[in-house]
Amino acid sequence: MNAHSQSSADPDTIRRRQTLMKLCADATTRELETGLAALGPAPQHQIVRAPEIGLVMLRGRMGGDGAPFNLGEATVTRAAIRLSSGEIGFSCVLGRDGEKARLAALIDALGQRDEFLEALDARLAAPIRERLAREGTVKIAQTAATRVNFFTLVRGED
Amino acid sequence: MYVAVKGGAEAIDNAHRLLAHERRGDPAVPEIAARQIDEQLALAVDRVMAEGSLYDRDLAALAIKQARGDLIEAIFLVRAYRTTLPRFGYAEPLDTGAMAIERRVSATYKDLPGGQILGPTFDYTHRLIDFALAAEASIEPPARASDSSAVDAPRVSGLLGDEGLIERNPPGHGDAEIGDLTREPLSFPADRDLRLQNLARGDEGFLLALGYSTQRGYGRNHPFVGEIRFGEVEVEFFAEDAGFAIPMGRIQVTECEMVNQFVGSAETPPQFTRGYGLVFGQSERKAMSMSLVDRALRAREFGEEAKAPAQDEEFVLSHSDNVQSTGFVEHLKLPHYVDFQSELELVRKLRAEHAESRAEDARSPDDGDMMREAAE
Repeated sequence: MNAHSQSSADPDTIRRRQTLMKLCADATTRELETGLAALGPAPQHQIVRAPEIGLVMLRGRMGGDGAPFNLGEATVTRAAIRLSSGEIGFSCVLGRDGEKARLAALIDALGQRDEFLEALDARLAAPIRERLAREGTVKIAQTAATRVNFFTLVRGED
Repeated sequence: MYVAVKGGAEAIDNAHRLLAHERRGDPAVPEIAARQIDEQLALAVDRVMAEGSLYDRDLAALAIKQARGDLIEAIFLVRAYRTTLPRFGYAEPLDTGAMAIERRVSATYKDLPGGQILGPTFDYTHRLIDFALAAEASIEPPARASDSSAVDAPRVSGLLGDEGLIERNPPGHGDAEIGDLTREPLSFPADRDLRLQNLARGDEGFLLALGYSTQRGYGRNHPFVGEIRFGEVEVEFFAEDAGFAIPMGRIQVTECEMVNQFVGSAETPPQFTRGYGLVFGQSERKAMSMSLVDRALRAREFGEEAKAPAQDEEFVLSHSDNVQSTGFVEHLKLPHYVDFQSELELVRKLRAEHAESRAEDARSPDDGDMMREAAE
């Protein structure tokens, strides 16, 4: 698994891929399926690494921002896909959903081809982003409603 | 010691079939789905993930179902499962400062940036059984604040830190090795990284009791809850294949920062010290207990006299793991027939000798009296 030189390219490309990967991680498998279907037939590709379940050790920091320590593991699933045009897409998502990892790897590969960017964003990413934003807004409003507003009682001598 | 014995295979099979039957309970009652456990017994799932030391909600929920609600058994199942999987590597440390906060309280400041956010809590409930829940009552939808933005809450310890009133957290060193209990067995003395890993997966009840003991005077260290926060954090993993950090999703954690009694020296003026707790899922009791015990175990570092159980790292770290504990306690019920036979023989022999010496005493009473007098 050495043929990945083109992926360690410029910071902008990396940031764009990370954004899409984060979206895939937060999406449901169903959303990724629907989104990919909306793009039309996927270009020719082959599986470089079939979805594989494993562990990643998560870490915390002492006091929240100090030296790291090992907190505990999480299950993750990773996959890699190569488009016939050469781009390799990777994925590593929390959980044990092989199909989700496969789709996320394919999406990462497509995201490295300029001609797919617009469609990926409009047809796949946008609906997921909207759903996440909607849920986020509700959560924030519900959380904010539990904020304590202190008031000082008027004291006798005043 | 126990010795392998043959036989009983059929009895064991049948016992397991009976177990499966009992697990299902009355077939007239609908079967519970793992997803229902995940959604409706979420805090049990959190505990199994924390002490199983494996973040996977679906798996923990299934383990709870399989274990008939016995959480230590479920934790055991999760620990056993993880041994079947390859380790891909270590994630980037979680940034709890960037947490999407769902609850955040401080007992040290009333008014603080970000405010006191109660979130979904049992605090302030009256602990009265709600019989309405027995009848699938509909629930009120949660209130929503009209003007709301995400909680922006700087750390409480940061407020103290700005004035130099609290010790600094130990900085991480880029290539310093971080202890990992799943790779190397524990040895003593253990550094704080290993202690925190041990406590993070330690038994909630054990840590709770130890934390409580420090409050009652066994290793007192005057704790205040600087801050408790609960919510979601991003997990990132530097994948060598990709050559950059891959966002893998979000997990829920509870963090407790305990602010403790100060220490100072000739060189440094007095400062508050810290105890830290970080736990998978929503578990304040565990995060608070962990931070109390973390602080107690730093006794050596602060030159404190370590006399209490909670300050004894070998005692605490060797007994915190409930899978280990249950394994050793419960192994006592496995066949010890041979062992016991030798004990039986021994006790019979001792009794025979005892009876013989009594008989001898009866024959020469004077000697016996003299011996007794000498002993008095």
